[in-house]
Amino acid sequence: MSRYLLGRAAQSVLAVFGVMTIVFVIMRLSGDPTLLLVPEGATREQIDALRAQLGFDRPIAVQYADYLWTLGRLDLGQSVVQRLPVWRIVGERIPYTAWLASTALAFSVGIGIPVGVATAVWRGTLVERALMPLVLVGQSMPTFWSGILLIMLFGVGLGWLPTSGADDWRAVIMPAVALGGLSMATFARITRTAVMEELGKDYVRAIRAKGVAQPVVVIRHVLRNGAVPIVTIAALEIANLLAGAVIVETVFAWPGMGQLAVQSIQARDFLVVQAIVLLVSVSYVLLNFAADMLYGVIDPRIRLRGGPR
Amino acid sequence: MSRIRAALSAPGTLAIAPFALLLLVFTLMALLAPVLAPLDPARQSLLARLRPPGSMAGGITFWLGTDELGRDLLSRVIHGARASLAVALLSVIVSGILGTALGVLAGYRRGWVEVAIMRAVDVMLSIPAILLAIITVAVLGPGFLNLVLVLGFTRWPRYTRVAYAQTLGQAGLPYVTAARLAGARMPRLLLRHILPNIAAPLVVVATLEFGLMILFEAGLSFLGLGIQPPTPSWGSIMSTGRNYVGTAWWIATFPGICLFLLVLSVNICGDHLRDRFDPRATIR
Repeated sequence: MSRYLLGRAAQSVLAVFGVMTIVFVIMRLSGDPTLLLVPEGATREQIDALRAQLGFDRPIAVQYADYLWTLGRLDLGQSVVQRLPVWRIVGERIPYTAWLASTALAFSVGIGIPVGVATAVWRGTLVERALMPLVLVGQSMPTFWSGILLIMLFGVGLGWLPTSGADDWRAVIMPAVALGGLSMATFARITRTAVMEELGKDYVRAIRAKGVAQPVVVIRHVLRNGAVPIVTIAALEIANLLAGAVIVETVFAWPGMGQLAVQSIQARDFLVVQAIVLLVSVSYVLLNFAADMLYGVIDPRIRLRGGPR
Repeated sequence: MSRIRAALSAPGTLAIAPFALLLLVFTLMALLAPVLAPLDPARQSLLARLRPPGSMAGGITFWLGTDELGRDLLSRVIHGARASLAVALLSVIVSGILGTALGVLAGYRRGWVEVAIMRAVDVMLSIPAILLAIITVAVLGPGFLNLVLVLGFTRWPRYTRVAYAQTLGQAGLPYVTAARLAGARMPRLLLRHILPNIAAPLVVVATLEFGLMILFEAGLSFLGLGIQPPTPSWGSIMSTGRNYVGTAWWIATFPGICLFLLVLSVNICGDHLRDRFDPRATIR
């Protein structure tokens, strides 16, 4: 464990703490958080009783300390609307979002990295001109619009794939493609720049001069050396996929955390919304930390000297 | 000015011309919506519900068809450009000013101001922006003003990072020392001397953010957390259209095409600006 990693670990802890603080502040932006938690049509007395029960009548500093202490024990609270522990409500949905996000990641890496390599290696050729529009389209296509288009084409038009739900194993295909489109474009762009940068270096000329075949040059040498920016982006993209799931899951009625977040906003079940935001943000921080640890594995210079570049 | 002229004459400018033109068309569409729209976008006609594009009813032609309440889709799509562009523009202005001010301050004052601001940036960037926007809108309630404020106050960190790095680079230069020795106070020094020298990369960030804000507005409106009915927004029209994909494909399709073309144009123009103003960015 180098000093670099210790520093990054401290930063991650600080970020998690900051995330909790921001969510605490946001929940109080409306003035009275009790009003967010009561079902519609509650009486004055019910609201007062709930406020006392949840401790929202105490000084703000006490509330904040209590909030941090509760979260520190991994207690997400009790849903006022469903009268169940928030952990159980959210926990049921996690596998669905994880399944969707990992399929989307497989799609975006599986298409994005080869496209990035191809457009860098065959720069200025027909290959580049044919593939770059794909990248631009992926980047500008809102997930809900590509989702609706996929439903029209493969669901309604051709009838190949189910248009909603998660009962069939094929049901994940369309949401994953819609969700992964933007990430695919990002992977392609980052890989393209990384490969272009590496291809211009002396060592590439040297191994080429030895007579090493192009695919070996790219896969064994160039991609390995260009991996640091790709891994950084991968960590960010996994987190973006989790966040993007909110919209995609609504389009496809996919029973994951995203759909739960939207349903909980409509049902005014704010402790569930808060839990989902916290969970996704904390995984975002942890993934970035994991990427930092991976740098050392990929690039020995970072392990020895500390800090990328 | 010479940089702008160089940018216009540089290779690649011709290629983005159609997209710049498209951007202009959408802007005009938003500005002149009441004149351009053939019908009142809120006018319902229960006898002309879910009519396909080009159909006629009561002597009126519905070029893009009608929605589930018999409202003219063409008029709604034209008016929808207003919501998209107004929210995106205003939130970029709010976040741009806030983020730049914080970044310049952090880069110039250093010390604890710098630490506090830059740590706050790190934390803000570790919450996925769309989730932050969703929970804030959910707490404050939807609507035009809240949407602008939420996007404005959640999207500042990118400007802060750029403004901070740029200010650090400028603060040590002789012209800054000269201005300070000439008696310029801090606000004047930052606004009149440093800001003009760091503006180009910030404009690039603003352009790229603009495209993102259009997507955010549409996404939040799609979820029912953005512009509220009856005001038309592409996102909320598409959310209705999702329920009619099997029977009335046109409802989601036309706003979807507009949204895609608008974001594509903004992104292409933004990429072009970045390549012109910041040659290093082409390598990264």
